[in-house]
Amino acid sequence: MMWLTWRQYRTPILVALGALATLAVILLLTGPDLAHLYSTTVATCKTHNDCSTAKSAFLLNDADLQTALEVLVVVAPGILGVFWGAPLIARELETGTYRLAWTQSVTRTRWLSVKLGVIGLSSMAVAGLLSLMVTWWSIPFDTVNLNIFGTFDERDIVPIGYAAFAFALGVLTGLLLRRTVPAMAVTSVAFTATRLAFSAWLRPLLIAPVHRTLALTAIQGWSAGTEVNPVGPSYYNTLIPGPPGISNAWIYSTEIVDKAGHVLTSKFVANACPLLHAGVSGGPPSGTGRTVHAPAAPTALPDCIAKVGRTFREVVTYQPASRYWAFQWYELAMFTFLALLLAGICVWWVRDRMA
Amino acid sequence: MTPAVETTGLGKRYGRHWALSDCTLAIPTGRVVGLVGPNGAGKTTLLSLAVGLLSPTSGSITVLGAEPAATGRQMERVGFVAQDTQLYSTLSVADHLRFGAHMNPGWDNDLAQRRLEQLDLDIGQRAGSLSGGQRAQVALTLAIAKRPELLILDEPVASLDPLARREFLQVLMEIVAESEVGVVLSSHLVADLERVCDYLIVLVSSRVQVDGEIEKLLASHRHLIGPRRDPSSLPKNQQVIEASETDRQSTFLVRTEDPILDPAWTVEEVGLEDLVLAYMRRAPLAKRVRLASPDVEP
Repeated sequence: MMWLTWRQYRTPILVALGALATLAVILLLTGPDLAHLYSTTVATCKTHNDCSTAKSAFLLNDADLQTALEVLVVVAPGILGVFWGAPLIARELETGTYRLAWTQSVTRTRWLSVKLGVIGLSSMAVAGLLSLMVTWWSIPFDTVNLNIFGTFDERDIVPIGYAAFAFALGVLTGLLLRRTVPAMAVTSVAFTATRLAFSAWLRPLLIAPVHRTLALTAIQGWSAGTEVNPVGPSYYNTLIPGPPGISNAWIYSTEIVDKAGHVLTSKFVANACPLLHAGVSGGPPSGTGRTVHAPAAPTALPDCIAKVGRTFREVVTYQPASRYWAFQWYELAMFTFLALLLAGICVWWVRDRMA
Repeated sequence: MTPAVETTGLGKRYGRHWALSDCTLAIPTGRVVGLVGPNGAGKTTLLSLAVGLLSPTSGSITVLGAEPAATGRQMERVGFVAQDTQLYSTLSVADHLRFGAHMNPGWDNDLAQRRLEQLDLDIGQRAGSLSGGQRAQVALTLAIAKRPELLILDEPVASLDPLARREFLQVLMEIVAESEVGVVLSSHLVADLERVCDYLIVLVSSRVQVDGEIEKLLASHRHLIGPRRDPSSLPKNQQVIEASETDRQSTFLVRTEDPILDPAWTVEEVGLEDLVLAYMRRAPLAKRVRLASPDVEP
């Protein structure tokens, strides 16, 4: 059975290994340069006092390759599911060769288990190697970006779970549809939908977020803004905080509230900070939504923040960086569990229903 | 002796359509058994059930005394060549032999090599580029080289040209002659079966119309031609299978173990094809009669 599986999949497996090897060469050629560049520019920027310039300049290196790798790691599991998973049984059903395979001296349960195991683990290995290579190469960028949750699904171990799931999904779809090309199409759509739904809805619920309360004066990067005011004149009537500056955190929300939990209103800002109000010359900015203008007087904004800050605090809801690996493991476990579930349905279907 | 295939009330349903229903039969072992019947009689369904590609909706089936394809050991005992003999079109003939060797513990590689040498085909050739006849021969080689006790062939020659058909059956006869393997071969063409089989089962609408050794079947059936006569007036030991009449003359196909003594008859031997066709025609006729007179118990 191992021989048959290898004989049928050796070309795709060798192609995948070849692609990984090519990529490894590219990454090995560029990676050390990046690391060197990082240690000579960003790592020493404090002494030159030009950190923001050094960082943004560094991030521009290999920009095309960065984007390509990002796309590659995100789509690779889906591609494996579509090209390895979907045809696994569908092609045998479509061409009729299952009648040959299932009448040798190997039960079809074993036939399927070996194929699922070998090709499934191979796709997990391919996705895993790809992700680990890219993760290694991206270390300097990730260190500068300080946004590990922003690249959560392109790094470390979660792509292995995605690959397992995409593969099992492809196999089951092929088994039910019995035709290769429709199965490939359905697999890609279903996989994309599951991934999007998981990251949008399920992932934020996996661990309850923590809250941190910050004094308004402790926050950098304030600006004044205008909230839409359809009637009457428009003016600066709201305060927009800068990013809370928690390294590598996954920020759910930032809110300015008082002790009772009431959100800062534009009325309060207008009363507390008349100087801000006066800052708008001419009419309101056209269009809808929030627009940001530079404050009129240089002291108007800090004064306003100090005033508002007596009553209000900023509450940041977020996942701290320390939970990154918990999230990685949870997501890997859940997708692997889904994969096992789908594989179990495949075995049951082939053994008990397809007869 | 355990029958090669034994079924009791066997049925297979797809949705609301019964491909085979309430089929009870016993196929003897150690023989070359022809399974003949019109398209839709349930031959393919029956044989697919026998090799475990399908499992019954109702009733039971045993092959060589055991449940089909329940274990690898049981699967070793049965070789199968499917209708339209499917091979992996991208794999070479040599790969198919490796496939057979890896998938069957009892694989006889010498036998497989010998068979293929006789076929005069390039072993490195992809199965997809073989002719229909060559594909069928490779499939037969795979099925026989696993050294089964029973070889089941489902319409193996249906899509072959007459020459390839004859060659295939020739090879099959050689195999039977040199090994102890029992064979069940289905076809809707009697001429194919007559060449290789020694036992015949006529299956129409899931029912066995007649079965037995071909020699005995031929010996016990006769055409009677003579002056017009009511079929019910024939002696009890002469079972009328088919009757046709003109104004003056009656022609009966009768089954009897005894000699025909009535001098009024011209007695002729029956060919296998005529015999099979008579039984095939009889089956739907019996149904029609039942429909016309529902008060008559069948």
